[in-house]
Amino acid sequence: MLFLLETVISGLMAGVMYSLVALGFVLIFKASGIFNFAQGVFALFAGLALYDFIATDGWFYELFGFVLPVWLGIIATMGVMVIVAWLVEFLVLRHLVNQEPIILFMSTIGLAYFLEGLGDVLFGSDVKPLDIGLPQGAWDYLLDTHNLYIEKLEIVAAGVAAVMVIVLAIFFQKTRIGRALRAVADDHQAALSVGISLRTIWVIVWSVSGFVALVAGVMWGSKSGIQFSLSLIALKALPVLILGGFTSVPGAIIGGLIIGVGEKVAEVYAGPFVGGAIENWFAYMLALGFLLIRPQGLFGEKIIERV
Amino acid sequence: MFYREAGQFKTSYKADQAIFTITQDRFFIGLFLIVAFVVVPFFINDYWANAILIHFLVYALAALGLNILTGYCGQVSLGTGGFMAVGAYASYKLVTSFPEMNFIVAILLSGGITALVGVVFGLPSLRIKGFYLAVATLAAQFFLVWLFNKVGWFFNYSPTGMIVSPPREIFGFLVTGPEASPVVRYLFCLSFVTVFALAAKNIVRGRVGRSWMAIRDMDIAAELIGIRPLEAKLTAFAVSSFYIGVAGALYFNVWLGTAEPTEAFDINQSFFVLFIVIIGGLGSIMGSFMGAAFMVLIPITLKTIMVDGMGFAVGAAKHAEVMLLGTLIIFFLIVEPHGLARLWQILKEKLRKWPFPY
Repeated sequence: MLFLLETVISGLMAGVMYSLVALGFVLIFKASGIFNFAQGVFALFAGLALYDFIATDGWFYELFGFVLPVWLGIIATMGVMVIVAWLVEFLVLRHLVNQEPIILFMSTIGLAYFLEGLGDVLFGSDVKPLDIGLPQGAWDYLLDTHNLYIEKLEIVAAGVAAVMVIVLAIFFQKTRIGRALRAVADDHQAALSVGISLRTIWVIVWSVSGFVALVAGVMWGSKSGIQFSLSLIALKALPVLILGGFTSVPGAIIGGLIIGVGEKVAEVYAGPFVGGAIENWFAYMLALGFLLIRPQGLFGEKIIERV
Repeated sequence: MFYREAGQFKTSYKADQAIFTITQDRFFIGLFLIVAFVVVPFFINDYWANAILIHFLVYALAALGLNILTGYCGQVSLGTGGFMAVGAYASYKLVTSFPEMNFIVAILLSGGITALVGVVFGLPSLRIKGFYLAVATLAAQFFLVWLFNKVGWFFNYSPTGMIVSPPREIFGFLVTGPEASPVVRYLFCLSFVTVFALAAKNIVRGRVGRSWMAIRDMDIAAELIGIRPLEAKLTAFAVSSFYIGVAGALYFNVWLGTAEPTEAFDINQSFFVLFIVIIGGLGSIMGSFMGAAFMVLIPITLKTIMVDGMGFAVGAAKHAEVMLLGTLIIFFLIVEPHGLARLWQILKEKLRKWPFPY
């Protein structure tokens, strides 16, 4: 029983990590209908940039002879992500207005390739341990009193995710820009006609998702080092998305938790019977099975189609 | 001037329904085939066959398959790598279990097995569409690769988990294995690709192909005018998977010789073939070939220029290549979202009016 509980909890924590990546997808999909495959690479790129600002073997140290404190490094990385967002809008998106979704999707795959190559060229492709002072190791209190093994870092990640969802919810519901974003999500044409600049909105939303990517990159980087495989968690975020519904922020969170728990429980209890390592595809099968019952996902909008 | 159709009258239904109704088209295709079948084999060597020609043919065939599904029927699939793995492993099991079986039959049968698997994974397409389906096909990709990695029966319990293609002969010529000559392997692949391309061309302009296109353009309207979505979508999945399965069988048997699922059939294969289809042109048979040529030649060209020409280190060149590939893809999508096939079409228009452009 305790073991099951531990499995579920570690699944929940893994799910939080997936949700962090999935959130970035949802934001961009909501505001522009673009399925941004590059989100995982964004997280990798943000992590790499942050590492270079704050570590003594990055090029920032080589260039200036000192490193930035962590908080300044995060702000600088945020600046980098805003520049990336602006460049993406300027160089790619504005030329692809009115194209079919598949073309836009393919362009983000191209973007992912580009950023991946750029990250390797600029920062090197070795694994970089990211340490920004987040607590590491098991939570002693739970381990001693209840014999539960939970990593402190994952608790922090859960807390950060919760704060981020609240901030995003307020941003979307209460601020002027948030309302503009929702308007754009509903109808590009109508938003344009009431004087909302589509381009500004795109830059903002890509910047916000860059910020989400940064958070995800920091969390994953603290957990297992910043490495190429980080860009592959984008693939893990996909079943989370289709389970939760592409356009729903709470969907991304709930979907992440379900996938995380389902995956861990399946791996531990069903994995040994079929040879293990079913984590790779179980999430997809779970999502696929769910879609057969509810094609628009958990919180997705039901699209009414007319001829 | 060059593509003037004036004066080419058709006097029978047969002539009107020919695959290539314009004399110039027939001439160019014929010339191309003669060069490919008769001239190229004289100049072929190991490098050309392995690095470029067979590589190109295998991916052109896979792209044909994916183009049928994505370009003609509108069902985005990211499971191509998985289906190629099915083709490869099916052919491996058939060839090793029935050594007497004709190799061509074995390859066709493995295509058939892939078609069955494709239909099973195509079933969700009846309920879900668009990106939801694309992600669902990823389930096929990961599940199939995992299956071939884990279940010993598929790789005959070989200790390394690799599958090795045994030597097989066609008409007394060795086609597979390290001893096979590049000419034979090239011609073998080329014959398959030629037959399959012509078949695809015929399928997509027939009743089945038109029902696919109706589903692609607007599925609800297609349903209203009496096209069964079940039938159309599942045949698209079946035919597409058949092509991809044959491509996978050729990829493993004739090109690679040995394969191991996590490397040879990973998700990047799916993306690679999807790139070919998009860059070549969605919904175009010709485009599949042009896209395959482009995607096969670009890395080789870039490598030649950067490593041999400019003296880059191999590692740095690899990263720069990935970057450039990404840039090229975006560039292409911006400049010509309808792919290379559209450029070819524009060129034909120009040639028709040459030398008097409007």
